[in-house]
Amino acid sequence: MLHTVNKSPFEKDSLNTCFRLARPGSDVLLIEDAVYAALAGSCFEPAMSEALARYSVFVLKADLEARGIDSGDLISGVRAVDYSGFVDLAVKNDTVQSWL
Amino acid sequence: MGDGKKILFINRRGPYGTIYAQEALEVALVGAVFDQKISLAFIDDGVFLLRPGQSTVGLQMKQFTAAYRALGDFEIHRVYVERESLQVRGMKEENLMEIVTGPDGGTRNLVKVVSSVELMDVIHSQDVLLND
Amino acid sequence: MNFVVVVNEGPYQHQASYTAYRFTRSALEKGHKIMRVFFYHDGVNNGTSLTVPPQDEPQIVKQWCQLAQDRDLDLVVCVAAAQRRGIMDHREAERHELSAPNLAPGFRIAGLGQLIDASIDAERLLVFGD
Repeated sequence: MLHTVNKSPFEKDSLNTCFRLARPGSDVLLIEDAVYAALAGSCFEPAMSEALARYSVFVLKADLEARGIDSGDLISGVRAVDYSGFVDLAVKNDTVQSWL
Repeated sequence: MGDGKKILFINRRGPYGTIYAQEALEVALVGAVFDQKISLAFIDDGVFLLRPGQSTVGLQMKQFTAAYRALGDFEIHRVYVERESLQVRGMKEENLMEIVTGPDGGTRNLVKVVSSVELMDVIHSQDVLLND
Repeated sequence: MNFVVVVNEGPYQHQASYTAYRFTRSALEKGHKIMRVFFYHDGVNNGTSLTVPPQDEPQIVKQWCQLAQDRDLDLVVCVAAAQRRGIMDHREAERHELSAPNLAPGFRIAGLGQLIDASIDAERLLVFGD
């Protein structure tokens, strides 16, 4: 299953809800303001590192670039995908849940 | 109960502050007349939707949450409420609005409080997830 | 693969419409089918023909219209949500005796059943919102 999240973890609890309810092995894609959750060195890094042991975590490249984040700023293990990669993730998984 | 798709309507916002939950209920009520396996889930602030004793007289807004009870008139499969969301919000399980179904003899409450782990299984067994 | 895309926010206030648009375009470019884009909540505001953004900003409403025209997309604005927010086609404007319709070309107004129908028929449903 693919879980998308679009909220900064500093604004709303959507990512934590996703991590509470997404089954291990799921794909999690961070889009829009949720890409801030992938920043290395933030207070959210421990939660993200823990999540990386259970999920494949992706970030949408255009959202990173727009926010001045390059791949070197990311917590290691988080993978950047473009819109085409987003479509591929939606195809690969049977269902998609958007945690807004 | 239809053999159609399993559709879960997920509510994660409370009432009145925004219109999301009210319009999501309108979708669920339309979805209920299609012959599909419809369920609802109340997570995060969505659990406040089922808090009893709401009065919008002072707001002069529509008190739409009473209409959740209408779901009992349709062939809704289940209404799930996440226990963890209730607990962190100081809400009591036994004090939730009931959605009663079954006209003659043996009515039952569709509302079922479940753990995060149980809800995880529900979410991952659906065909379609609709959320506000 | 056959997708249905749901857009729950209007243009400009939130990124949702842009993300949905980029996803939709990418899916089409990859040879997938978008059987319907359903606009709900404030998403119905994507269907107004009366938006005039500053010239240096993208015209997301026009982009949806263009994509609908180029790819024969079914852009559906929910009637109940649209009536609340003042998005009307000719028929609705006349029926409610309003001064003018404002539904952008390429969009049509229909009921919530179109969302449920699409979610039953499509293989994937994605929601873009706030």
